[in-house]
Amino acid sequence: MSINDWFKQRESRRYTVSAGATADGLPDGVWRKCPDCGKTLYQGEVVKSLSVCPHCGHHFELIARDRILALVDDGTFAETDAGLCSLDPLRFTACKPYAGALEKAQETTGLAEAAIIGRASIDGRPVVIGALDFRFIGASMGSVVGEKITRAFEIALAERRGVVLVVASGGARMQEGMLSLMQMAKTAAAAERLAKAGLPYVSVLVDPTYGGVTASFAVLADVIFAEPGALIGFAGPRLVEQTIRRSLPKGFQSAVSLVEHGMIDGVVSRSELRERIGTVLGYLLPDDATTAGGAV
Amino acid sequence: MARFVMEFERPLVELEEKLDEISRLDAAALPELAAEIADLERQVEQLRQTLYSALSPWEKVQVSRHPQRPKADDYLEAIFTDVVELRGDRAYADDQAILTALATLGGHRVMLLAHRKGRNTKENVARNFGSPHPEGFRKAERAMRLAARFGLPVVTLLDTAGASPGLEDEERGQAWAIAQCLATLSDLPVPVVVVGIGEGGSGGALAIGFGDRLIMLENAYYSVISPEMCAVILFKDAQKAPETASALTLTAEDLVRLGIADEIVPEPLGGAHRDPAVVMAEVAVRVEVALDALRAEDPGTRTARRYERLRAIGVFSTGA
Repeated sequence: MSINDWFKQRESRRYTVSAGATADGLPDGVWRKCPDCGKTLYQGEVVKSLSVCPHCGHHFELIARDRILALVDDGTFAETDAGLCSLDPLRFTACKPYAGALEKAQETTGLAEAAIIGRASIDGRPVVIGALDFRFIGASMGSVVGEKITRAFEIALAERRGVVLVVASGGARMQEGMLSLMQMAKTAAAAERLAKAGLPYVSVLVDPTYGGVTASFAVLADVIFAEPGALIGFAGPRLVEQTIRRSLPKGFQSAVSLVEHGMIDGVVSRSELRERIGTVLGYLLPDDATTAGGAV
Repeated sequence: MARFVMEFERPLVELEEKLDEISRLDAAALPELAAEIADLERQVEQLRQTLYSALSPWEKVQVSRHPQRPKADDYLEAIFTDVVELRGDRAYADDQAILTALATLGGHRVMLLAHRKGRNTKENVARNFGSPHPEGFRKAERAMRLAARFGLPVVTLLDTAGASPGLEDEERGQAWAIAQCLATLSDLPVPVVVVGIGEGGSGGALAIGFGDRLIMLENAYYSVISPEMCAVILFKDAQKAPETASALTLTAEDLVRLGIADEIVPEPLGGAHRDPAVVMAEVAVRVEVALDALRAEDPGTRTARRYERLRAIGVFSTGA
């Protein structure tokens, strides 16, 4: 089984939803089953709790825009570069044409691409915030995702803001060949410039974060948090299993094990993320940025 | 060493063997043989030309992996002098899949970083077949910072199937180690010249694989994912690798066309292993020329342009 299949299978296990669910999250009035505790939940109740199971704390996934809105001060998010769209520069047709996959992803998600970025404030502090939407071709990083993440760092650098990114991704987008691999270097270079300018960058890794996205901008943050239950790594679990020819230990690549191995700063539940990030920015964002007028 | 035959070379090798066999017969006793030999020789030459002069992307990938292809250690011996190897990441181990060394190339004292495939089985086992662990990348990053402090230009040789995907590699932060290399390399105040000598497998290659110049050997490749793994993901069939190799834009020519690589070093017909000395000497010349030009520049201008080079990579519509 390929990594993609594995993700797909997990995906289908997680969206245990009655028919009629829309791409943009689920309409109120449906019931869904929590994959961790097995309890049947009323969707309206799940939405109210930031898509966290009120019984066991399981974190359902959120669409990118909701992730952003859950973290920023009300009414402050102003999206930028929303028009950026992927082309099919290599005319990649192996197996199924890339152009068709893009079209389908746009249709089902209503998004132009997997990344959303924009200006906002968190606790009154100016930031550029971005999030990746896993529903869009596994939030893989091609030219547009790389460009948007790079612009997020560049806007923050120019306007002296902090950067907050909520990351989920299957890795580099192979349908863009070498153009996608180079986005790793491009985004890393932009993150490095922000770091050299003394501006803070906080990343939140959510389930799942893998491959070339983990191995570039995602883990170059000054402070890295992960959501409970998130799986995070470079190589996908199937590939690792094939490599070592034995089964993987329990909790391998889980957020908790990453804390134990010293790779991230903490596992933070969704309900506490906003406050935690605000506190970190309070410590790290330089005074000139904080007093620059605060909000957007 | 016995000749290693790549799958696509087989028809040629069979013909060569036939020619060899006939040539050994007693020509004096069979005068009509001379004509046949001449004819076979013509056929062999023709096939050699058609086989090698237009290799497909997948065939180039095979050439890039040829066991007798010159490796980092061959370059080290052939074109570098006064070599002092630097070992260890100062945290966990010395990963032999990556070589870091102070070295001299012609008139340039440089910091050499290279993926280090083995030249035999024993070396390959010790070096994990050239697939670095996190400590290899951390060693490389340490060498980059050292180069920056002492004003040594960085020269890197790419030849890896990719970063090691093992359990412990994950636990020790493979992604973190690669990402840190990318960040450090992007802003290094010294010239960075990269040479693709063989395989350029994904993030493990990229970690030491971009800079102010990218020079590719004619049959070297550089790819976001291996053709086989791409074939398994898309087709669930590794046999489709020839197809994905063509789709992935991984050849030297593709890279120049995309504005990622700057120049191509030609290889002898059949591949660099046919005449390693000539290829390595040409690499030395190209790297020296690049270093001459880059060292004359102001460091600030140079790193700004390195950023702009990366910044320009990507194709999309602005939706306007």
